[in-house]
This record gives sequence, C-alpha cells and structure tokens, in this order.
Amino acid sequence: MRAQPNGSQLNFRTPSRTAAPAPDLKMAVHGPVVKIHPVVLASIADSYERRNEGASRVIGTLLGTVDKHSVEVTNCFSVPHNESEDEVAVDMEFAKNMYELHKKVSPTEVIIGWYATGFDITEHSVLIHEYYSREAVNPIHLTVDTALQSNKMNIRAYISAQMGVPGKTVGVMFTPLTVKYIYYDTERIGVGLLQRTRDAPNRAKGLTSDLCQVGGAATRVQDMLTTVLAYIEEVLSGKVQADNSVGRFLTDLVSKVPKISAEDFESMLNSNINDLLMVTYLANLTQAQIALNEKLVIL
Amino acid sequence: MASRKESMSTPTAPMASTSSGATLDSPVKQIQIEGLVVLKMIKHYQEEGQGTEVVQGVLLGLVVEDRLEITNCFPFPQHTEDDADFDEVQYQMEMMRSLRHVNIDHLHVGWYQSTYYGSFVSRALLDSQFSYQHAIEESVVLIYDPIKTAQGSLSLKAYRLTPKLMEICKEKDFSAEGLKKAMIGFEHMFEEVPIVIKNSHLINVLMWELEEKSTVADKHELLNLSSSNHLEKSLQLLMDRVDDMSQDIVKYNTYSRNLSKQQQQKHQYTQRRQQENAQRQTRGEPPLPEEDISKMFKPPQPPPRMDTLLIAGQINNYCQNVKEFTSQNLGKLFLAEALQGHNS
Repeated sequence: MRAQPNGSQLNFRTPSRTAAPAPDLKMAVHGPVVKIHPVVLASIADSYERRNEGASRVIGTLLGTVDKHSVEVTNCFSVPHNESEDEVAVDMEFAKNMYELHKKVSPTEVIIGWYATGFDITEHSVLIHEYYSREAVNPIHLTVDTALQSNKMNIRAYISAQMGVPGKTVGVMFTPLTVKYIYYDTERIGVGLLQRTRDAPNRAKGLTSDLCQVGGAATRVQDMLTTVLAYIEEVLSGKVQADNSVGRFLTDLVSKVPKISAEDFESMLNSNINDLLMVTYLANLTQAQIALNEKLVIL
Repeated sequence: MASRKESMSTPTAPMASTSSGATLDSPVKQIQIEGLVVLKMIKHYQEEGQGTEVVQGVLLGLVVEDRLEITNCFPFPQHTEDDADFDEVQYQMEMMRSLRHVNIDHLHVGWYQSTYYGSFVSRALLDSQFSYQHAIEESVVLIYDPIKTAQGSLSLKAYRLTPKLMEICKEKDFSAEGLKKAMIGFEHMFEEVPIVIKNSHLINVLMWELEEKSTVADKHELLNLSSSNHLEKSLQLLMDRVDDMSQDIVKYNTYSRNLSKQQQQKHQYTQRRQQENAQRQTRGEPPLPEEDISKMFKPPQPPPRMDTLLIAGQINNYCQNVKEFTSQNLGKLFLAEALQGHNS
C-alpha cells in the first residue's frame, strides 16, 4: 500500500490479495466492467510513441458508451499536457474541441473517462481525474504501462471512490476494475491479421488473396490438429493425466463431421462444383465480352 | 491558402500548398499501412455504416522514397439532412490542426471508402480521386470491403488513377473522340497498388498482450461452406450492371444509326440542290441561294462515353470478385470432400 499524506489529498491503491507483480484480473470488482476495443489500445500506444520531447507520459480522453453494469470504450484521443514536479497543465480547450469534432462523426459516444500511460497513479492524476469528473458521471481511469516496467504491458482501469472521515480528512481512492477486451467480428479478423505481422522479420505483412487465404486457414487448422494429436498421444502413453473436459471436447470435435452417405455427398459436391464452374464461366464470358466491346468502339 | 470544395458527398480536396515538397516522377509503388489505421477503418464502418451507405474518411501519413506510409486516419461525418450549415472544410481544417498538436502526421495522403459488394467504380469516386491526385501526386483511395472481411479475411485495396486517365480528366474531354485518342480501355482506368501492413514495436507488444489476455476464440469464418447468399448478391449486382451496359450500347447504336441517316439525308439534299440549280441554269433563272446545310440538319448529340467506361470497369470488378469467390469455394469444397472421404 502506498500512502502519501500531503494535505487533503491522499491516494492509495487497495492491497492486492495475491503477491504477484501484476495483480490485475484477480482484484475486487466494485464497479462496472470495463470493455475495451483494441483500437483504443493501439491509439494509446501510437500517441505514446509520438509524445513531445521530455514528456514522460501521455494523457487523453476516453470515449464510449455506458451501460448499467459495464462501460464500453470504443474511441479515444490524446490531449496535450505539461507535467512537472509540482504542477500539471492540461489543455482543456483542445479536449473540448476534439470532443465536439468526434461527436459529429459518432453522436452516440460520450466522454467516459481518461487514460494515462505509465505504471503508477500520481498525485497529478487526482487533479486530472477531478477535471474529468466534471465532464462525465463517474469517470474511469485507464493506465497502460507503455514503458513495460514489469516486462509486461499492464492495462488497468480504476474508478474513484471517496474515502476517509467525512467532515475532516477526505480523500480519493482509486479502486481497480475488471478489464475485458471486446471485439466486433470484423475487428477480430483485423486483429488476427495484425497478429500475424508479429512473426514476420520486419514486422510487415502483405495482404493475400484467393486460394492462398483458404490455404492459410487450412494450415492453421492443421497445426491445431497436430497439437491436439500430440496431446492425445501423451495421454495414451500415460505421460499426461487424462482430463475429462478435454475428452468431451474431443468427442464433440469428432462427431462434428456430419455422417452423410457417400452417394448423397457425391451428388451434393458435384452440384455445388457445377454451380461454381458455371458462374466462373459466365464471369469470364462477360469479361471477354466487354473487352471486345471496348476494342470495337476504339476502332 | 486556397482550398477547393468539391461535390458534397466526398471529403474536400486538400489544399494545393500543403502538397509534398519534392515532386515525384514515379508514382507510388507500395503502400505501407499501420495496424492502427486498419482498426480505425473497421471500427468506423462497424459503428456508423448501415446497409448500402458508404462511410468515408481521410488518410494521413507521409511519403518515403517510393512508398506511401499511412500512419493515421480520421473519419468523416456522414451527411444528414438536418446539417445544412455543416462546413466540411472547416471540420477537416480543425481536425488536422488539432492532430498537429499531438504530433500526428498531418499530411493529407488520400482517403478511404467502404464499399457494398465491390460496387465503387462511379463518377463521384473518379471525380474526388482526380481532385486528390491533382493536388497531391501520390494520393490513393483505399477501398475497404466490410462484407468480404466479415467472411474471413481483410479486404483492403488501394487504387490510383492511371496517368492516361488523369490527362483526360484534366482536359474534361469525355467525348468519344477524346477517349479514342487516349486509347483508354476499362483496364487502364485504375491501377492497384500493393499494400503491406507494418506495425511498430510497441504495437507488437500490444498484440502479444492481447493474445494472452483476450479469450475470444477464432471463429474461422473463412472456412465456412454456406456462402451462396453472397454469390447471389454479387451476381444480382452484376446483372444490373450488364443491363445498364446493354442500354448504353443500344443508345450508342441508335446514335450511330441516326448519324448515318443524317449523312444520307444531307447528301441527298445537296444532290437535289445541285440538280435543281442545274435545271434552273438551263432555264435561265437565278440559282437558289446556298443554304447552310449544317443549320438545317442538326447533328445528333453523341452519347457520353465516360459512363460506359465506368460501367465496364464496374462489371470487370464484379467479375473479378465472383471469380475469386468461386475459386475459394472450390478449394473449400475439396477440403470438405477430403474430410468426408476419411469418414466413410
């Protein structure tokens, strides 16, 4: 627990039940669940990379929608600010302007909190948090550890709570919240593609097309099957303890291939293939037709 | 700084004075996009696009040698009827000024648009891409296909206008002779630029984190066999376009028939005139005055050829998509056969 008694502002962090260096998802949940889209995190990382000289961290506003039990963060923008030992200055005009502009594009997004890169919550955070409390009801504070202090990029969310003795010394405490990642379907596919750029040597990847994609997907399924097979081998040879739930999944997997009689399947396959071939033929014919038309017109 | 306001349905053209310093002789050979831009485009369509409406936005980045690096983007609000006094130029200026404060590249390098089943070859796109390319040499238009992406793999293509087409647009000469002179076919309208996705190291770390933390399983939509719906839709659009094309062709045919008929009529008229004049001469009467032939027979208006070109380009695009789709499906069917073969 870290306490800094200076005047009327204290900021604590609740003690963690586990002594692990990254006590994130196991902590108490006193508040809404925070659902983050990956685009927000990518934006934060990008604005951290573009920070001004001498700035050690970046802050910005979080936009999204509020539900009864959850807060969904869908967008964010960074706000220029200056921070020194004893004072902090945030460009509030800028924040207001940007919010107006963003509202024009997506009118359903509201300010739901703010983010800061860096590992700890400092005193300045309390001041900034107060400003944001004026903009939004119960703002959440998100920290993203871009300096990778504990060899991991910790992404934590907090909400403020009043504490202390009412009337005398009151303070603000930041309680952590559960963080979940939520994707749209198309987002997941986009993120999947980005994941694959990790493996390339210069972190670059081109976009494939046509049959290559199906080939790629098939290879991935094949890899997964080999992993499963290896596990089964180990269980059979007694090296690994058999797990009933995994066994149930395996039976599900095997029974998922539908049992169709050979002739029926042949006919289905053939009719489908015929359809596709016919469509390909028609498409080629059309292309040849318009090409001819072009050439004739130019004559 | 002068700015040009183009048609209301597209983002306004960038200002001429902010174009890149050195004029490049060679056009862009490759496009490098950051992961952030991809995610933002996906999010924009997902949240704001419905059905056949397109969503648009502006791309920001910089040019490095012969590569165009796109490092950020921001969406453009759609047009609603109650926004009569909405000033697009102002929105763009304010956005870029604000982004400059946070050190985001504010160089305008192109724009993006979502598409519905690949139907994007239209006059509006041509016009706006021309204005962009005119002001900034290296600009591109990114076409993002959300429906194809939802089927399993990101569908993102970058297009530029060919220099030939740029010439034609500059002279605004869309008549048949102009196009014939330039020898433009529908294949030479747009050129596609290869795309590479590149991420910074920090984003890489983020990707590793996400993989660890997120429990969303991969759904493998790419291997889905039931996709005849998509095929039907594409073919429907293709048929509509072919109908348009055939109408155009009929118009052109009637025009050329009218033209030849008129030529014949003119010819006949001059002949008759000459005959009459000869007769009058023999009878000693003054010849009839020569009338202005062109005023009598007004030449019919040649139909514009640009639309036909666009339709042809669009049909070509649809056919390409359909072929890609069928090849993928054939592969999937053979996979299913292999799986079934083992079972029985």
